[in-house]
Amino acid sequence: MDKKVPLMADVAGQSDRPEILFWVGCAGSFDPRAQKVTKAFVQILNASKISYAVLGKEEQCTGDPARRAGNEFLFQMLALQNIQTLNTHNVSKIVTTCPHCFNVLKNDYPALGGHYEVIHHTQLIQSLLDDGRLKIAGGSFTGKKITYHDSCYLGRANGVYEAPREILSQIEGDLVEMERNRTNGLCCGAGGAQMFKEDEPGQKRINIERTEEALKTNPDIIAVNCPFCLTMLTDGMTASNKSEEIMVLDLSELIIQSIKA
Amino acid sequence: MSIEQILFLLLLLVVGLKAYRSYSEIWAKIQLGKPYDGSPDQSKRWKNVLLVAFGQKKMFKNLLPAIFHLTIYVAFMMTQIELIEIVIDGVSGHHRTFASGLGWFYPMIINLIECLSILAFIATVIFLWRRNVLKISRFEKAEMVGWPKRDANLILLGEILLIIGVFTMNGADTQLQTLGVAHYPDTGKLLISSSIGDTLFSGLDLKTLIFLERSGWWLHLTMVFGFLLYLPVSKHLHILLAFPNTYWARQKPPGTMQNMPEVMEAVKSMLGLAPEAAPMTSAEIPEFGAKDVTALTWKNILDAYTCTECGRCTAVCPANITGKKLSPRKVIMDVRDRADEVREKLRSANSNWIKEELRGTDVQLNKDNFEDGQSLFDRITREELYACTSCNACVEACPVLINPLEVILEMRRYDILTLAGGPQDWLPMFNSLENSGSVWQVSAARDAWIDR
Repeated sequence: MDKKVPLMADVAGQSDRPEILFWVGCAGSFDPRAQKVTKAFVQILNASKISYAVLGKEEQCTGDPARRAGNEFLFQMLALQNIQTLNTHNVSKIVTTCPHCFNVLKNDYPALGGHYEVIHHTQLIQSLLDDGRLKIAGGSFTGKKITYHDSCYLGRANGVYEAPREILSQIEGDLVEMERNRTNGLCCGAGGAQMFKEDEPGQKRINIERTEEALKTNPDIIAVNCPFCLTMLTDGMTASNKSEEIMVLDLSELIIQSIKA
Repeated sequence: MSIEQILFLLLLLVVGLKAYRSYSEIWAKIQLGKPYDGSPDQSKRWKNVLLVAFGQKKMFKNLLPAIFHLTIYVAFMMTQIELIEIVIDGVSGHHRTFASGLGWFYPMIINLIECLSILAFIATVIFLWRRNVLKISRFEKAEMVGWPKRDANLILLGEILLIIGVFTMNGADTQLQTLGVAHYPDTGKLLISSSIGDTLFSGLDLKTLIFLERSGWWLHLTMVFGFLLYLPVSKHLHILLAFPNTYWARQKPPGTMQNMPEVMEAVKSMLGLAPEAAPMTSAEIPEFGAKDVTALTWKNILDAYTCTECGRCTAVCPANITGKKLSPRKVIMDVRDRADEVREKLRSANSNWIKEELRGTDVQLNKDNFEDGQSLFDRITREELYACTSCNACVEACPVLINPLEVILEMRRYDILTLAGGPQDWLPMFNSLENSGSVWQVSAARDAWIDR
């Protein structure tokens, strides 16, 4: 990264408050693979010259996995503290690279008193492309087959299906849809706090079912919008011995390969 | 007044009373639920009713069954016109009361109903074939064994009998009209039933024809009355409840989870964000989430009675697809069956079902003091609940806007909050969230990814 990442605590006092808060999330902060996505997205934010900041150590888990697991006490504890932090910094607009953070901040926080405009990074990237703040050149993915995996919490939970596909068309990738896509998209298996436990007995893991479906499209790249889908499908590729040939990448990692200097 | 008229009126009375009773029971079962914070946007509500219930929008995700289903549905709706006439005829002793007053419109409408009935007949046979010969996988899941399978077949067979009744009635009628029998007014040309009449009934004597016409009429009528009484004990209530169920469907984004204000207030005062709450006495430790149907909302129970067990939810459930025990349809069926059971026990007014500590001479059994030692957890296992990825595929798939996910999540809340249960695997995550505010216990700082 060529530029320092601004911390909300450092810039909040300044007269020109950042336009948007980048909510990094647990995966984006700690998971080595997801950190790469975080850094790619920071590169995009810097390239577009949008003013932003992160919470750094002030950020805590949104409480999403606790709430979906059923642990409302824990969720309320985390969420109420986060809302306090966000309100102290007068945050009004938030972008996340994780659809779980996105969903919970956007849909669950208002009932607790946290009202923000929340967007997912694929939506921000699309709008930055639309209004010319982010300039990309096609060509890096010419002839590359890309299949796009809808995450449940961006797709069905919030109805965002087109922004990520719009981005894929702008980088001129050859988009091939899986059989189950958009409203019919199949979960990667991580949602509802499944990420943090073993599967119940069954015939197959859900990520393997989805991986097999993705492989049917014969892709060069599987594009995702969620750090947990990223883990699940990467694991699926490894299990299918395809991790050498097929890359599982977040949309922001595709974009940075096309950014015009 | 003829014997037939008296018989009809008696039957109408008995069926009316019985139907009133059983539909009041459905109402009472739905009332077992807690208040529901519905969706206030009226225009969205009506839009859902028009598009999803009347328009069957969601059925069209799967074209072929959607067309067959639409055929039966339109035929059913149109036949109601004929049914009004049948009731008027039955009471008055006339025959085809509408035929004389409506002119060309009458044969047109009857011809339309007959065309639709033929199509509905074909669709019904295809449905029977799909269920019993093709054995479409969503009809073959564990929860469909026994009664649910018979229930579905009974309804389809009933439909076939009803249509046979209609054509026997109309076919014989056209022959009687040709013979110029006084009681049978000229209906104008009925294309389908006159050819049925010509093929099957021509040359029969007057008595036999009248017998056939009456048998068809009574068969049609008894099938309709039969359906009316059968619906409340079958899976077929969706033909009525789809309308209120789509009207009251949740309008928030499907990713939203219902807030728990009581927990929020407790945590707020714990964090010093609100004045200290009065300490809870041990006698009134509240129950969180849903252990039983009485802790669900009435909309959850309405969902359960609206379900027609089509299994579109289960067919798209990632857990079910990969061989786990969870089936969203079964969850909904279990809620319904448990509501049946609770209502049955409440009706008995047996004081044995009153919670032991609340029993007393003047205490009447009601849903708030009810305790029979059973709950939803006797029907829905933890293995099912914890296999859910909360992906909303089942919610998206339901043609009548049932939400199985809400029930699953409310039951998880009960297990985790009230019983401190749940998968062991989650404990490290819970601990880490509590101690360090992140899902993994890591030594690195949250901003360690930032290059400095």
